[in-house]
Amino acid sequence: MLQDKDRIFTNLYGTQSPELEAAKQRGAWHLTRDMLAQGPDWLCDQIKQSGLRGRGGAGFPTGLKWTFMPKQVGERPHYLVVNADESEPGTCKDREIMRHDPHLLIEGCMVASRAMRAHACYVYIPGEYIAEREALEKAVREAYEAKLIGKNNVNGWDFDLYVHHGAGAYICGEETALLESLEGKKGQPRLKPPFPANAGLYGCPTTVNNVESIAVVPTILRRGAEWFAGFGRPNNSGTKLFCISGHVNAPCNVEEEMSITFRDLIDTHCGGIRGGWDNLKAVIPGGSSVPLLPAEQIMDANMDFDTLRDLKSGLGTAAVIVMDKSTDLIQAIARISYFYKHESCGQCTPCREGTGWMWRVLQRMAKGEAEHAEIDMLLEVSYQVEGHTICALGDAAAWPVQGLIRHFRHEIEDRITLYRTPRALVQGTRVAAE
Amino acid sequence: MALRRFDLEAGGESFCFASETESKIAFWLGKYPLDKKRSAVIPLLWLAQKDNAGWLSEPAMRAVADRLEMPYIRVYEVATFYTMFRLQPVGKHHIQLCGTTPCMLRGANDLKAVCRERIGEPFSLTDDGRLSWEEVECLGACVNAPMVQINDYYYEDLSPECFGELLDQLRNGADAPPGTFVERQRSAPIGGLTSLVDPALFDGSRTALSELPNLPGTGEGAAVAEPVRTTLIQSIPNEAPDLFQSAPAEQNDLRKIKGIGPKAMERLQALGVYQFGQIAGWSVANAAWVESALSWPGRVEREDWIAQAKALVAADKET
Repeated sequence: MLQDKDRIFTNLYGTQSPELEAAKQRGAWHLTRDMLAQGPDWLCDQIKQSGLRGRGGAGFPTGLKWTFMPKQVGERPHYLVVNADESEPGTCKDREIMRHDPHLLIEGCMVASRAMRAHACYVYIPGEYIAEREALEKAVREAYEAKLIGKNNVNGWDFDLYVHHGAGAYICGEETALLESLEGKKGQPRLKPPFPANAGLYGCPTTVNNVESIAVVPTILRRGAEWFAGFGRPNNSGTKLFCISGHVNAPCNVEEEMSITFRDLIDTHCGGIRGGWDNLKAVIPGGSSVPLLPAEQIMDANMDFDTLRDLKSGLGTAAVIVMDKSTDLIQAIARISYFYKHESCGQCTPCREGTGWMWRVLQRMAKGEAEHAEIDMLLEVSYQVEGHTICALGDAAAWPVQGLIRHFRHEIEDRITLYRTPRALVQGTRVAAE
Repeated sequence: MALRRFDLEAGGESFCFASETESKIAFWLGKYPLDKKRSAVIPLLWLAQKDNAGWLSEPAMRAVADRLEMPYIRVYEVATFYTMFRLQPVGKHHIQLCGTTPCMLRGANDLKAVCRERIGEPFSLTDDGRLSWEEVECLGACVNAPMVQINDYYYEDLSPECFGELLDQLRNGADAPPGTFVERQRSAPIGGLTSLVDPALFDGSRTALSELPNLPGTGEGAAVAEPVRTTLIQSIPNEAPDLFQSAPAEQNDLRKIKGIGPKAMERLQALGVYQFGQIAGWSVANAAWVESALSWPGRVEREDWIAQAKALVAADKET
């Protein structure tokens, strides 16, 4: 169990002031100049040693990603773009960082920019987060006024930070769609290669990182890579913000150690499952795009990248959606399918057509108004969508459906059978009763 | 995808930005390189939407295009792609109700019923023009579900009763402060904090550090110290099976066991498992040890490795 002294986001709940003075008191902007003075190689190396894996869902090693940037700055400037566009259902961790601990993020942006030889950084905030944008803009202003960032600042690395605002498109959380959107276009993902590290924002070398990945960096450097690597299982190190929503007694955000077991996480911070542990039915462990897991598999599983991957699910953004036995799972997954239908950018046919198709079939299945053979057909279509699109939204739309069929096929079958057979009987009894 | 169209006529003939918006436009334009003005299209559309009573008319889109020297069609594209740009008139208080699964699990459907009852169908306006609503996708406040966004701000942890009261209040012209509607600190658990209660976090002791750790040239050079295993996973529970310290001469192709692929075989070998005989000899505790060492909960039993290995050993003996 993580102790308070090892938590990075000490103002996660906004119990303290988010302003500069209070943030400094909590340890932000401390020894930043020394970090920047060490240069890119040391910074990348430290982050690699810490075992930090990207917190935006894919879990790619952050330090390694930074080293993909060109070693020399050529004619084109380098950019860091911070992906704050968290609209993955279940996820609400970056929001807390932006409104309560914005200085950790700004400091992290500066350090990461140094590591990739960038002098400018854009933070892309989703359209919905208006209060959060205002909070971050305020903190940026404070940092400029205190000469912590900007030209000729006290930290010795010219650095500008700009906050950009989106307008409610989930797809802009995909890194190349985000860059398109930042350039003032529709958020439609680009084909890779070229990768953003070669040609990203305005055709310049760019790295896109999640808010949490960036905001933990200064604290890791202050406390040492080995400190961060000491948490969790090997290859899954560090602390992580978990967002627990759904049928628990006290849904909350909390920073915990990686690899904490699901049971500990829920019992310690969320007051247990609504109606007790026997009432647990299924859990989506990493945001809507990962397959759900039935109660018996998740109960004592470690919450980390590798364990959940081996259970054929994923840690994703660590957004844990808990569902108890009162949940109509087919309806719940159908609603997720609707989400993907709504958010598909329409660029690739399998996703544009497939997401709508899957939603319509699931909608019928939720009522039982389907054929048994359609379950296999649905599975088949989900495999046709998965992996056949430019970005991962197609995969993300297919996985929840596959997870549902993998673990709860019997429920769909029962629903269909129930819808078909007893109809006449039910009508008969009603007539008889009247 | 969301197919959205706009009505060319509905917005009247003209639109111009309010005079106090000019400074905001300059603020946004200042963020992008001079030849990349187009980047400001979304922020400017936001400002235009604010100045046009909460929705974007066609003249407003054209005004933005003229400012940024963009072809009109490029602005139309953006305005119809991003769903927070509203293409028809909305009420003074426009309610965006999150209906995605995490909110649905906590009762968003009941809130929808309240909206239907008090306002009507989505995008219909109340007679006084004060309220309108729509269902939107995840707003990113899932631990405070169910929630709505009214104009700019979030109203969280709603129940049908308090949401109904909130709507009445807005309808009567009163303002309502945003935030949570139950007793809790932002996104902390209801019933009090379970973490971040140590006063040492806030007393400035975190700034006591005088030098960064692992600096090159200090101590034992640039090498980073071994990870300090501070917590949870100090030791692996259960009993370790017999493992080879180095690769033995006789090795089996572990991939013959259904469930073990090339990756899994590599990890097993790294651990010291090379032969079917080893797996066949595992006890339940041994299997649990391997599962937790390689973070494969339940996999050995689920894929029935031990029985498979036994069969393979038996088959080996026969040949």
